[in-house]
Amino acid sequence: MTQPPREIVNLGNIAKAFGAVRALAGVDLAVAAGECVGLVGHNGAGKSTLMNVLAGTLAPDSGSIVIDGKDLGRRYDVRVAHQHGIRCVFQELSLCPNLTVAENARIFHKSLTGFGWKRRAAGLIAAKLDEIFPGHDIQPGDTVGDLSIGRRQMVEIARAFTVTDEPLGLVILDEPTSSLDAVTAGQLLGFVRRLVAGGTSVILISHMLGEVLGACSRIVVMKDGGVVAGRPAADFTRDSLVAAMGTVVEAHDAPAAASLTAQRQGSVMVKARVKIQPDDRAFVAHRGEIIGLAGLAGHGQTKMLLQIYAAATRRDLFAEVAAPIAIIAGDRQTDGIFPLWSIGENVTIRSLPRMVRHFLIDQTAARAMAAEWHRQMRIKTPDMDHNILSLSGGNQQKALFARALGSDAEIVLMDDPMRGVDVGTKLEVYERIRQEAGAGRTFLWYTTETDELAHCDHVYVFRNGIIVDDFPRAELTEARVLRASFHEAA
Amino acid sequence: MNVVAFLGGRAWIWSFIATALVWLATVAFTGGTGGGQILTAALSFAIFTVIVGIGQMFVITTGPGNVDLSIPATMALSGAVTTKLMDTQNEMIALGVVVALGIGIGVGLGNYLLIRLLRIPPIIATLSASFLVQSTAIAYGRGLRIKPPPLLADFTTAQVAGVPVLAACGIVFTVVMGVVLARTLYGRSVLAVGQNMRAAWLAGINVERTRLFTYVLSAMLAGLAGLLLSGFSGGSSLNMGEEYLLASIAVVVIGGTSVAGGRANVPGIWGAALFLYLLVTMLNTFGASAGLRLILTGLIIIAVITLAGGGEQQKR
Repeated sequence: MTQPPREIVNLGNIAKAFGAVRALAGVDLAVAAGECVGLVGHNGAGKSTLMNVLAGTLAPDSGSIVIDGKDLGRRYDVRVAHQHGIRCVFQELSLCPNLTVAENARIFHKSLTGFGWKRRAAGLIAAKLDEIFPGHDIQPGDTVGDLSIGRRQMVEIARAFTVTDEPLGLVILDEPTSSLDAVTAGQLLGFVRRLVAGGTSVILISHMLGEVLGACSRIVVMKDGGVVAGRPAADFTRDSLVAAMGTVVEAHDAPAAASLTAQRQGSVMVKARVKIQPDDRAFVAHRGEIIGLAGLAGHGQTKMLLQIYAAATRRDLFAEVAAPIAIIAGDRQTDGIFPLWSIGENVTIRSLPRMVRHFLIDQTAARAMAAEWHRQMRIKTPDMDHNILSLSGGNQQKALFARALGSDAEIVLMDDPMRGVDVGTKLEVYERIRQEAGAGRTFLWYTTETDELAHCDHVYVFRNGIIVDDFPRAELTEARVLRASFHEAA
Repeated sequence: MNVVAFLGGRAWIWSFIATALVWLATVAFTGGTGGGQILTAALSFAIFTVIVGIGQMFVITTGPGNVDLSIPATMALSGAVTTKLMDTQNEMIALGVVVALGIGIGVGLGNYLLIRLLRIPPIIATLSASFLVQSTAIAYGRGLRIKPPPLLADFTTAQVAGVPVLAACGIVFTVVMGVVLARTLYGRSVLAVGQNMRAAWLAGINVERTRLFTYVLSAMLAGLAGLLLSGFSGGSSLNMGEEYLLASIAVVVIGGTSVAGGRANVPGIWGAALFLYLLVTMLNTFGASAGLRLILTGLIIIAVITLAGGGEQQKR
């Protein structure tokens, strides 16, 4: 090709501030047709804000927005973005929980009117789901609120790629795989590669650097509201990418298996059985252990955690819990944050009972705890009294970590808690979990990332709601997890 | 920007501004006479709306769908039982108060059990409970109007320098309830449950106990209000709680409490209760007919809610 590819989007010198926080400090970003651009950076680096500007959901304070060679500037909003074929899958899922999958597809497409719109919407979304995620089990008639977060994410993604009367030029995927297991994430990335080859552009935001390196043709690194690097993906390695983001990379793999006690010991903190388990395999956690819950997303891991959580406060025939318990939600909008409250109030809520003096909550103690965890988790905010929604998604998650880790709980349940958390923070949190486990805290950790299982002392693999395999870390391999996730374990 | 932020954080100011405007309009119409008396009367009547309004506020704050429609019936039952029990004797007042609160506890427990065990939506549960309670009041009181003990009547109607004693006590009570909401574990639990019941459970809050306390609190306040109102109005009547059904909800909403739950506003209850009373007084003073009065009341309430509460709720 002699002609350079057509430029779909050109953002020039975009700036945006939220009060005192400067989220974007003059960012330039251009995307050509048929290009897959990876966008990486820490939590709060400005990635999501920039994508909100591009999607038309946030108006920038200054800067130019040129779409298909036309300067749209001030008149730019969601409607205009759609007309020019720009779609966005946001990190915070935007489906209506009370509507069905098909009805949610209709919201996206005004042209689906008249008799039989429901049937046509259902056909549209089902075809796209089949195309992207072959073998999925989502029905167009399912109510979105009843779907697990992983399936909601699949619907949200599929919906963004459906086409009726408006063109499809550029799709923004903000953390699309954060709730997907390895298999569905692979399906999505394969679909993205096919789509890009066909001339559509994609911007992929992800903290899973392997995905970005594998799927993107060019990678842009953001830091503190600005672009610090932008080069072809082939020029980056995982380490140089992490370095460009500004994280100090240490040789930081999980500790060698030798340092572990081969024998499981210590007092039993949690003992639970799955109600429908055909054999007598039980789920056991000893004091100071990190227990991994693995398998494909939505195969009973969250249910197990909730059953254990409930057993701490009321009698349960199938689960016994020996100590105070706390849970870190992964689905933070539904299970985690209190949107009307400040960051400080969100962090302290779990620990208020021990701050009560003469029936009143000791405000000084609550403030001290908020300040302490502001520092410990490095929550990116000038003031813990600001509303929790002023934080980026990853920083909201840090606040939830602070809530549980700062509490008196000796058992901490984690429901795939690393959704939207950047690499640097993840490494800090891994380190912290190991320290706390060393000090006697017990962690039950459901994760959709196989890499994270390497931090666990013992792993239980779930499939169709039952435990199909369990093994100590020494025997952990990705192949074994995958094999157990798909077939009855030997 | 700063003014907006200031007012946004203090939604109750609107109800007080509206109250002041209505009062000024009334006094301007009368040429400056009777301004003080109108305020005294407003305080005397508003206190009952405030007492039940605070209970309703806690209920509504525990989240969408939560509302207590049994307040009028509880007031009627409490008034009927306690006036008969006290039988105009001063020394029985203490027992009367205990019984009034006890009736509240009973009704509150009943409401909660209907909601929890039979999984009936609160609006239906409290409405059906109110039929049972109201029928009990009818059967028990047989429509007899017994005078309250003189001491109770004196206390509920006493004034010091134009300020009703009951209203002054009510202000202290309001401050206490404000502290309960903001600074106690129970108050925080109510606010958390109202924002997200599931998240509250996962944050270690005892959601069901919080809801139980809240329905019991609302019914206890209704019981107390029934006793005080029968003292104030010279005896109980079976329909004396009627107007408090809508009034208790209206003052919560006008006062700036979020109907979606999780955000309560204690001072706003006072502003709204005074506003509602003064609004009717103003229209009476203007000589508006009953029909016109109702139409204007409705329109003005809509206007105040749009101005004070609407903008804030859209931001969510």
